[in-house]
Amino acid sequence: MKVKYFAWVRERVGKAEETIEPPATVRTVAELITWLSGQSEAYAYAFEKPKVIRTAIDHAHVKADAAISGAREIAFFPPMTGG
Amino acid sequence: MTSSLASCPVAIRIQEDDFDIAREIAVLTHGRTDIGAVVSFSGICRADEDSSDIAALTLEHYPGMAEEEIKRHVDEALSRWPLNGVTVIHRVGRFVPGQNIVLVLTASQHRRAAFEAAEFLMDYLKTSAPFWKKEESATGTGWVEAHARDDEAAARWTKS
Repeated sequence: MKVKYFAWVRERVGKAEETIEPPATVRTVAELITWLSGQSEAYAYAFEKPKVIRTAIDHAHVKADAAISGAREIAFFPPMTGG
Repeated sequence: MTSSLASCPVAIRIQEDDFDIAREIAVLTHGRTDIGAVVSFSGICRADEDSSDIAALTLEHYPGMAEEEIKRHVDEALSRWPLNGVTVIHRVGRFVPGQNIVLVLTASQHRRAAFEAAEFLMDYLKTSAPFWKKEESATGTGWVEAHARDDEAAARWTKS
């Protein structure tokens, strides 16, 4: 699946997007964040406060317990500050 | 993104270029005799944020989702108020104080629907449309933090 990062999440991860293949045991957004955090210090830093991180699946906001199966694009970003 | 549902044209644009408020109102009301009220909200880059002097703001967005998220809230506004037209323009890029950032226009037969819908759209633009501000000041650059007051402003629309 494709993963995108925005704002300071992007800066901390060090890339804007990538394609990842998490193991089948990773089923929810929260589990994906935990799995990514274990991949490197950069991810651990980006996701150090998982409750702050907002997530969208296929362009729609979702909660941390949302299932990721079938997702084409998952995005992680901080709380929004537009307008 | 432009669509016309019966007599309620909706325009949603994300762009780097500035907008001309008078021109956007003229486009929205051109040839219409059923519109009695147009409310316009402009968000402008200002020089101070929580007591620090801002030299510039950079607006980043999530292309694709930003348009869709705004559309979802415009659709909700259309279901809640009798609107005759909506325009939402959000700029991205780097801005200095005094420059336009966002424009919301709502048109209706009567003012109340237009006022309320414009406020509703702005409250949700600030809290759920995927845009992020990074500010530059004398002390460096940093991402703007979300304000609880904005979440509270959006939450009041979910109370019946």
